[in-house]
Amino acid sequence: MKGMSLIVKTITNIVIGFIFIFGVYIILHGHLTPGGGFAGGVIIAGVFILKFLAFGSGAKSEKKASTTASIFESMGGLLFIGIAISGLLLAGTFFLNFLPKGTPFHLLSAGIIPFCNIAISIKVGAGLFSIFLALAAMKYVMED
Amino acid sequence: MSFIPMFFALPLISAFLIPILGKIYKPLVWIVCTVVSFVLFILALYGIAVTQQIPMIVYKMGNWPPPLGIVMTFDSFSAFMVLVISIIVFAGSLFSLRYMSHYTGQWKFYTLFMLITAGMMGVSITGDLFNMFVFLEIAAISSYALVAFGVDAEELEASFKYMVMGEIGGLTFLLAIALIYAKTSTLNLADISNSLQVMGHTPFFWMVLGMMLFAFSIKAALVPFHSWLPDAHPAAPAPISSLLSGIFIKVLGIYTTARIVFNVFGLTRANDPQFFNVLIGLGLLSISFAGLTALSQKDYKRLLGFSSVSQIGYIMLGFGIGNYYGVTGAIFFILAHALAKGLLFLTAGSVVHVTGTRDLNKLAGLGERMPTTAWSFRFGGLSLVGIPPLVGFWAKFYIIIGIIKAGFIWVALVAILLSVLTLAYLLKIENNVFMKKGQIDAKEAPFTMRIAMVFLVVLIVILGIGFQPIINFIVGPAAHALLRGLEYSHLVFNSFAANF
Amino acid sequence: MIVFASCIILFLIGLYAVVTKRNLIKIAIGFALIEYAINLFFAFVGFKRGALAPIITQLDTPHNFVDPIPQALVLTAIVIALGTTALMLTIIMRIYDRYKTFDIAEIKKLRG
Repeated sequence: MKGMSLIVKTITNIVIGFIFIFGVYIILHGHLTPGGGFAGGVIIAGVFILKFLAFGSGAKSEKKASTTASIFESMGGLLFIGIAISGLLLAGTFFLNFLPKGTPFHLLSAGIIPFCNIAISIKVGAGLFSIFLALAAMKYVMED
Repeated sequence: MSFIPMFFALPLISAFLIPILGKIYKPLVWIVCTVVSFVLFILALYGIAVTQQIPMIVYKMGNWPPPLGIVMTFDSFSAFMVLVISIIVFAGSLFSLRYMSHYTGQWKFYTLFMLITAGMMGVSITGDLFNMFVFLEIAAISSYALVAFGVDAEELEASFKYMVMGEIGGLTFLLAIALIYAKTSTLNLADISNSLQVMGHTPFFWMVLGMMLFAFSIKAALVPFHSWLPDAHPAAPAPISSLLSGIFIKVLGIYTTARIVFNVFGLTRANDPQFFNVLIGLGLLSISFAGLTALSQKDYKRLLGFSSVSQIGYIMLGFGIGNYYGVTGAIFFILAHALAKGLLFLTAGSVVHVTGTRDLNKLAGLGERMPTTAWSFRFGGLSLVGIPPLVGFWAKFYIIIGIIKAGFIWVALVAILLSVLTLAYLLKIENNVFMKKGQIDAKEAPFTMRIAMVFLVVLIVILGIGFQPIINFIVGPAAHALLRGLEYSHLVFNSFAANF
Repeated sequence: MIVFASCIILFLIGLYAVVTKRNLIKIAIGFALIEYAINLFFAFVGFKRGALAPIITQLDTPHNFVDPIPQALVLTAIVIALGTTALMLTIIMRIYDRYKTFDIAEIKKLRG
């Protein structure tokens, strides 16, 4: 996959950090404002897709990125099921909200919901990036 | 009572673990898959033992009571479906150790295998309508990917056809859920049942029931919505074909139809005979049309695919009769057909693994060179036709008794006559594959594949000889769980098990 | 009422695309239209005239909120549709790789 021009590369280098921070903000405030795990995960995936599109890549770096995304996706899924099972082991019911609820409208409130949002965002981000790589890698198959 | 979420949590955990383990140490993946299937089998037996004493276990997720939260309602019919799923998944997992050496990327296969198991288990035990849709889509999307697993031209074409038809069914189900929510403003199955009884049998009631029946008939491959099945089931790898024909079309089509018709919409034979006559008509149409088309097939697995469509017609016929014998026969037929058709697809896989072809005109004389496969095919085929004392005979017997008790003598005669079609196409395979004299290079199948086939044969024989305790303790309570109809919602809301 | 009618019309347009079009990509677009229509219908089920968005921002809450359950369900349904569309597009690309055409009338190796 070829990269883009120098202007696009420079702007991408500046903008990627801000998009990532914005995505993390949407994830962490998922229990207070609209958004949450899925929307934030899509934005995080957009960061990585933007880097690939702007800088281009060869087959080797795509394979390495695909492996890394697969491992992160499994970690996200295991984290989510782990939170649910720990509700079972520590407090008695599957998926119980067992962490202290705290004061409303603060960042660390609402029990397990922020952690579930983080797990979902890791999984969704890595999953969408894997889908992008699967669709983009077809170019190598079709050009052969 | 916390073993209930383990039914879908364990396959999900192993599905997420397998990509990581697959990069560290490859044989570990198959070990994880088989161990998890065996643990699910033990848990399913424990579930059957528990539902003998407690008629329904209600497990609240996150401790939210119904109708606020999602609940898992585990009654005898759910316990029965979970047992059947775990048997076929265990046999398929044993079989796939040597069979999957044809394909690359094996960790992807095992991940999808565990995901489809989690989806089917989730559909069987959930008590919430949207949760049923989510698990149904998990299982369906995994099956689309599994059908296209070896990326040859025919498999991709079959998977695309299957995907288009399956998704139309899934989206119609979602539209029906939206309409039900608009009318009753709840998603819990028991609460919907109460609201629909207050509403009565308005045209809206019949429209939503028709949409759901359309969606589930596509998934269950009833004629005239069956045309994806003869392309999709041969294209899949053999353990997946046995899973798809053995339990997937039954869990996603027949279990959901039975649960919705009997427990949620509360229809009974006495009150709504026309609806049940429609089910009988669909059943007879499936048996006859698919049975006749199966006679002219030249591909081993495609013939078995048409046979699956035909046998699903028997199950729908049993549910359409609607009395105790009919429903018991239909549920027992689910078990009998799962064992028999699962075994037949595994023998087909064994033949393909050794000879490399599925064409009935090219295969010949494998009877002496593959004795285990040949005898497994004979046992499975005899059970499917309905020869005593194997388990298929008792299942068909109960259905025929149910038809005669309901008074449809001519339907019973037609059903018995159409069994001859089953014998005809199975004899075609037996003749062409195992008995014909010919020169084809073959040796016996590998050890784990033989173990999987012998396991199913042993189950067919044991459950056939000892069918009476199975009817009394496992199938009978499942039929009662369906036939008590609207008491389902009373049990969910008042059950003392809701305090577990 | 006019919103519900337009949802049904969108659903029928999508269904027409799936059933009659010959290009594989157009079938995938038809599926996307069907999914949009169903999700839109579902989200509109919970609408009440003159109500607020269902987010609590202060402790003494007003009570006329739009129904939040359909919004959560539509979020789940959008994710499922995303997975299905991604799988469908990947299979379409691999079909193009094998058959060298997008025309569904040419893709008929399986018959009988």
